[in-house]
Amino acid sequence: MSHIGAIFIIIIGMVLVNNYPLAQFLGICPFLGVSKDLDSAKGMGIAVTFVMVLATAVTWPIQRLVLDPIGVGYLQTVVFILIIAALVQFVEMFLKKSIPGLYKSLGIFLPLITTNCAVLGVCISVIDDELGYVDSLFTAFGAGLGFWFALWIMAGVRSKLSDQSRIPEPFRGVPIVLITAAILSLAFMGFGGMFQ
Amino acid sequence: MEKSKGAVFTNGIIKENPVLVLVLGTCPTLATSGSVETGLGMGLAATAVLVCSNIVISLIRRFIPDKVRIPCFITVIAGFVTIVQMVLQAYVQPLYQALGLYLPLIVVNCIILGRAEMFASKNNPIDSALDGLGMGIGFTLTLVIMGTIREIIGTGSYLAGDWFGLAKGFKGIPLQGAFMPGMSIMTMVPGGFFAYAIVMAAVHYFTKDKKKIRKDFACAQCAAAGNCGSSEDAAAAEEKGKEGEK
Repeated sequence: MSHIGAIFIIIIGMVLVNNYPLAQFLGICPFLGVSKDLDSAKGMGIAVTFVMVLATAVTWPIQRLVLDPIGVGYLQTVVFILIIAALVQFVEMFLKKSIPGLYKSLGIFLPLITTNCAVLGVCISVIDDELGYVDSLFTAFGAGLGFWFALWIMAGVRSKLSDQSRIPEPFRGVPIVLITAAILSLAFMGFGGMFQ
Repeated sequence: MEKSKGAVFTNGIIKENPVLVLVLGTCPTLATSGSVETGLGMGLAATAVLVCSNIVISLIRRFIPDKVRIPCFITVIAGFVTIVQMVLQAYVQPLYQALGLYLPLIVVNCIILGRAEMFASKNNPIDSALDGLGMGIGFTLTLVIMGTIREIIGTGSYLAGDWFGLAKGFKGIPLQGAFMPGMSIMTMVPGGFFAYAIVMAAVHYFTKDKKKIRKDFACAQCAAAGNCGSSEDAAAAEEKGKEGEK
């Protein structure tokens, strides 16, 4: 029972306290770019969560069982980014062949994920924090859910921000989105200190 | 249309500033601009990687098959990031710790992949080096400006830090005095978004006659654009890329 409790705390911690886009500055590019409407936010959120868990599931054993024992831990960056790129491609090919319906809705987001720093970030940070395998997987899952959650809120807010809104001229476009993100991250700061 | 060497160099600093105009590399910009020291460190590290990878990619651009170019670029960039990481760890330990996770994440910094895709793969090594240097300086300059705003308002002093070991434990120049204590929110996460928004709005304000400087998020400037538009081609390209890597 206590183990389930620990996993619950990891997930809540990653979604609310250490939310990737709003508290740790990871995955900001897609957070700002793909949050224009709720549909694409959903697709991107699901795709990122899936790839994060998969990438952590593959990179953790490679670091611990291959790179560390033969003493080439410094190759981490090169190896991880190649694994993520290959993995994303594999997932895309698999979806295209076996689940074309899902591929239609998620496919366009997959190539963008290779250069999403949140995915590489979660793979490296679970190694840096020396988490166990199961904890790492749930951390990745929580980070993905947190990303999705933030993207979803952001898309909801932005869909109400139409061109008719009275935004001062210099703030139109990107700056007003950043101000929105700042206010959202202020709200998320309230969750800091929930644990520990 | 050939551009002069000077135009290639200054392009990245002002007209196509990667952070403020192209809206690339937002994650490291927000994360490391909490103080001038970390911002400058991040800017210089990214500039080093950008110049080196631009030169190498430009040199080997004729040997890279078009379809596998993205994985090739990423491999070259990752190699240089690893070198920078090791150099910093060996000689500038405090900076290495301050940048932390964001140092390996230079690999996925879209400025570097974006310049490789848009410039280095089409131009000669000298122009590519100049472009990389200009873009790197533009990036560093933006980080320093944002770091200045956030540090002065956030801590009430300026230029605090170890300065790569040159000035150990320098407390910074006190600027605001006792009448206004630091608003620490500016060094935290929301302050990053606020400072970025305000600097960008200022750029929009001062360039409002020149409409072309303003850009929205569009596919054209995304680093993955070549990969994403026609996923049929991209899939084939990546598939071949993996075979090549084996």
